[in-house]
Amino acid sequence: MTMTAEPTTEPTTEAAPRVAAARPSIARLTSIELRKLTDTRAGRWLLATIGLIAVAIAVVQLFVLDDAEQTFTSFLSPSLLPVGLLLPVVGILSITSEWTQRTALTTYALVPHRERVVLAKLAAVVLAAVASVLVSLAVAAAGTLAAKATGGAGSWDGEWALVLNAVVFQLVNVLMGAAFGLLLLNTPLAIVGYLLLPTVWSILAAMISALQGPANWLDTSVTMEPLFGNEMTAGQWGRLAVSVLVWVAVPLVAGLLRTLRREVS
Amino acid sequence: MIMVEHLTKRYGPHTVVDNVSFHCERGTVTGFLGPNGAGKSTTMRMICGLTPPTDGSATVAGRPYRQLPNPGREIGVLLDASAQHSGRTGRETLTLAAMTMGVDRSRVAEALDLVGLNAVAARRRVGAYSLGMRQRLGLALALLGDPRVLILDEPANGLDPEGIYWMRGLLRDFADRGGTVLLSSHLLREVEAVADRLLVIGGGRIVAQGARDELLADTGTLVRARDSHALRLTLQRAALDATADTTGGFVVHAEPGVVGQAAADAGVVLTELRPAADGGLEQLFLTLTAGATTKEAVK
Repeated sequence: MTMTAEPTTEPTTEAAPRVAAARPSIARLTSIELRKLTDTRAGRWLLATIGLIAVAIAVVQLFVLDDAEQTFTSFLSPSLLPVGLLLPVVGILSITSEWTQRTALTTYALVPHRERVVLAKLAAVVLAAVASVLVSLAVAAAGTLAAKATGGAGSWDGEWALVLNAVVFQLVNVLMGAAFGLLLLNTPLAIVGYLLLPTVWSILAAMISALQGPANWLDTSVTMEPLFGNEMTAGQWGRLAVSVLVWVAVPLVAGLLRTLRREVS
Repeated sequence: MIMVEHLTKRYGPHTVVDNVSFHCERGTVTGFLGPNGAGKSTTMRMICGLTPPTDGSATVAGRPYRQLPNPGREIGVLLDASAQHSGRTGRETLTLAAMTMGVDRSRVAEALDLVGLNAVAARRRVGAYSLGMRQRLGLALALLGDPRVLILDEPANGLDPEGIYWMRGLLRDFADRGGTVLLSSHLLREVEAVADRLLVIGGGRIVAQGARDELLADTGTLVRARDSHALRLTLQRAALDATADTTGGFVVHAEPGVVGQAAADAGVVLTELRPAADGGLEQLFLTLTAGATTKEAVK
């Protein structure tokens, strides 16, 4: 390790008060948060794994599906599921790692308006979710072309509504992950909570018949299912909205309040 | 530049920081001393808006920390060198901070160079850093925004003697250029060499504060002679108030110059003449430290 022989600090402006530097914009904070998603080995691997799984599923489809079924939609829909399961983990880590790695000490010392950091993190995972849909579309398109080349149907049967639904599906997933992370501020707890919630719902709904009614409104795995169909009815959107309110909006607000008040140490 | 007024922090029935008030002026290094668990870090976190105080307030550069639009450009903060993402490289850690503060990216290389982290170290992940390297990285982070105020919690922790010497020079230089430094330590000697002002905290309360020279002044003079008996008579004759210590020397309540003159007049050969080390502040500090250690031991 080399050391500078003579101590030299940066020239500090003397007595004259200088113009206060502007606070960082939300756009700048968002670009920093996006960078943080990929600047660690763990983050890079997680994102690479998600991409590889999407590609792997498309390849498997090429072999297992009947030729007539090898259409754009049948390539797209299955690739959305693993992304929807794993991408929220990226969102959870983005929020909880500040506390588990204790970088919150630096982050919130540099940006004391914590809500701006949280907003930037949410914007970053939303952008990641939209980007993931683009990747899914690209993979599905590549799968369709490959199907055509290998004698499958390779038809472009998709509707635009499906793309919109895919975006909604991924947005709900990442925001739910982020909301759980924000509320629990603990990586394992948030990941387990997020992954286990649909399972707990289906087990409880299967055991307790009285829960089957509420499950249609509250179980996100049920309310999001129609997104994979052709057309969402107004009723289905309504149920989705209710479940999003309960599992995304409420923990998001409660988590934001908790983050604003929490002592950083 | 740093104004702390009646800061108090209670966790349930425990009062960790109790009505602490002090000021840090421009151009000074203030040493914040106290045993482990005395409330130094909690006070510093409250100044930086990371811990909400139960009572009282703190301002930096005239404003509460949380109202500063871009605090990194005003205040360099190093509260815990270990609080960095272990998966990021040193350079990446600084780059993120530079982006947040809106300072030029070229400052990253300058800051790394300034704290003595070379290109190889900068490319390594922080998880592989030694504590000393993390302290250097933390210092680079604090200096990155070219601030006028530095708040450093135990910055010498983990540095080798050469590093501690280097850091002293850096902080002295920073203050001499008009900067304000508040640094904490549980080691009096480490702070004594660089601080102009001392602030001693024990059990959450400020127990002493003031200019270093004043606080350390009333130490008396330690004097030792070849002929201990002759020295005693000389001191008595000069009407100097002296107490014999266990090793044959005397602690005299007078300036070394006065004691030396008296010895010279009487023709007594001295073997030692220096300010006595067991000053009021050090005694106080040791009492505090001993108390805290005992408490920890029986906890």
